[in-house]
Amino acid sequence: MLLQVEIDEPRCVAAGHCVVAAPEVFDQRDDDGVVILLDANPPGDEHERVREAALLCPAAAILVRDRGGAP
Amino acid sequence: MSDVLVVGASAAGLATAESLRRRGFTGSIRLVGDEAHQPYDRPPLSKKVLSGAWAADQAALRAPDALAALDIDLVLGSKAVSVDVRKQEVVVSGGRRLPYGDLVIATGLAPRRLGAFDGLAGAHVLRTLDDVARLRGELLAAERLIVLGAGVLGCEIAATGRQLGLGVTVVDPAPVPMGAQVGPEIGALLAELHRANGVEVLTGTKAEAPVVTNGRITEVLTSAGLVTADVVVVAVGSTPATDWLEDSGLILDDGVVCDSRCRAADNVYAVGDVARWWHERQARSVRLENRTNATEQGLAVADNIMGADKPYVPVPYFWTDQYDVRMQVFGDLAGADTIRVLEGDPADRKFVAAAEAAGRVVGVVGWNSARGVRKARELITS
Ligand SMILES: Cc1cc2nc3c(=O)[nH]c(=O)nc-3n(C[C@H](O)[C@H](O)[C@H](O)COP(=O)(O)OP(=O)(O)OC[C@H]3O[C@@H](n4cnc5c(N)ncnc54)[C@H](O)[C@@H]3O)c2cc1C
Ligand code: SF4
Repeated sequence: MLLQVEIDEPRCVAAGHCVVAAPEVFDQRDDDGVVILLDANPPGDEHERVREAALLCPAAAILVRDRGGAP
Repeated sequence: MSDVLVVGASAAGLATAESLRRRGFTGSIRLVGDEAHQPYDRPPLSKKVLSGAWAADQAALRAPDALAALDIDLVLGSKAVSVDVRKQEVVVSGGRRLPYGDLVIATGLAPRRLGAFDGLAGAHVLRTLDDVARLRGELLAAERLIVLGAGVLGCEIAATGRQLGLGVTVVDPAPVPMGAQVGPEIGALLAELHRANGVEVLTGTKAEAPVVTNGRITEVLTSAGLVTADVVVVAVGSTPATDWLEDSGLILDDGVVCDSRCRAADNVYAVGDVARWWHERQARSVRLENRTNATEQGLAVADNIMGADKPYVPVPYFWTDQYDVRMQVFGDLAGADTIRVLEGDPADRKFVAAAEAAGRVVGVVGWNSARGVRKARELITS
């Protein structure tokens, strides 16, 4: 299954929960802490962590879409 | 009948429902809320929505298609009025009965009101999208704003008021703004920040009575004298929305009292601002009023509904935006005896500090230092 990750950057409040949940996929900018998406199509072993990050984000700024595979 | 009935269709309620689906829950989920709006997020209300940087609909928590994909029976504009925990049934306004397998209470808070100001033209509270529309409408035509209460919400409204070009006075009996959340040192820094931005900060001051002229508030009498204003926002805290649970037999004590699993009774859970649960690591009962807790507790309750039987033991976290400062706090600052700066300089409004009690780090705070504060979080010992 392919996973498409998108960031709604203006929503991000720089909480950093995504970085704690999935450090391979998310980072934060140095100056204001806004999220940086490191990998918009993360590999399968990251999927669970990315979904967890999307659930935990207090700003609902992380969108996760399934692309292909299961409907 | 729904397998899970969630009452309160906002951050915590939606997080619970969404987490259940993400965990593979296939039963039916009903989400009931008394507001007419699709679930929306509150933190932007006092910031981007009040300032006008965002339209109201940008505060929505989920896009309509994402909401639909959750396969939830969303019942809006419907207020729960009572629950019978033995029959496992909630009654909503109009008399409709909603039987459930598990009940999740997620009704949040209601703003505390000051009797003397209640219902007066020019007096406001801020909790909902409807509140912010009314307040913004009046602020656009106003010149002077008084905020009663220098908690997180009062401070944010003051900052946004300045951003809109109004003259702003903040009144609070406490010695510093946000003292209950951040302690005296950081509170003093905040007072400085507001003063530097032109706010009249009247700490150690009590609001006594409104002065009404032609049916509208024009001044407020305080223990420091009269203050002129066209608009008054009462931001003196909130109380758990548990009125509908009075006769339920559930234990209510500044929130719905829960065990360490966030369980209030058999098949009844509470999440978010309304929930007071036993925090095993802190060995005390805790109720948090912050956005991250709403999602994290929703996740924890979803897990427990699915049989995880796990205690909920979060490190509290909140942020606030005021002027050019984004402050982030992990843990507990109010109980600290020492604030130790770890990096940066408070004078530059960019620093990370540890809050210590008896030599242990109990919290960390950062101003404009998102990465630094995230890393410093690991210093907190419990
Ligand atoms: C203006 C504002 C700014 C904030 N800013 C920040 C911030 O910067 N950072 C931060 O960490 N936190 C912030 N918060 C706090 C954060 O928004 C709350 O912690 C969060 O909204 C709690 O979510 P909740 O779902 O528990 O409760 P709520 O969001 O209060 O939702 C409860 C819902 O239940 C509904 N309801 C109540 N009674 C009934 C009933 N009987 N039947 C049906 N429905 C009912 C209510 O109408 C409401 O829709 C802010 C809050 C406000 C108001
Ligand atoms: S968790 Fe959300 S708000 Fe926090 S840094 Fe990540 S995207 Fe931004």
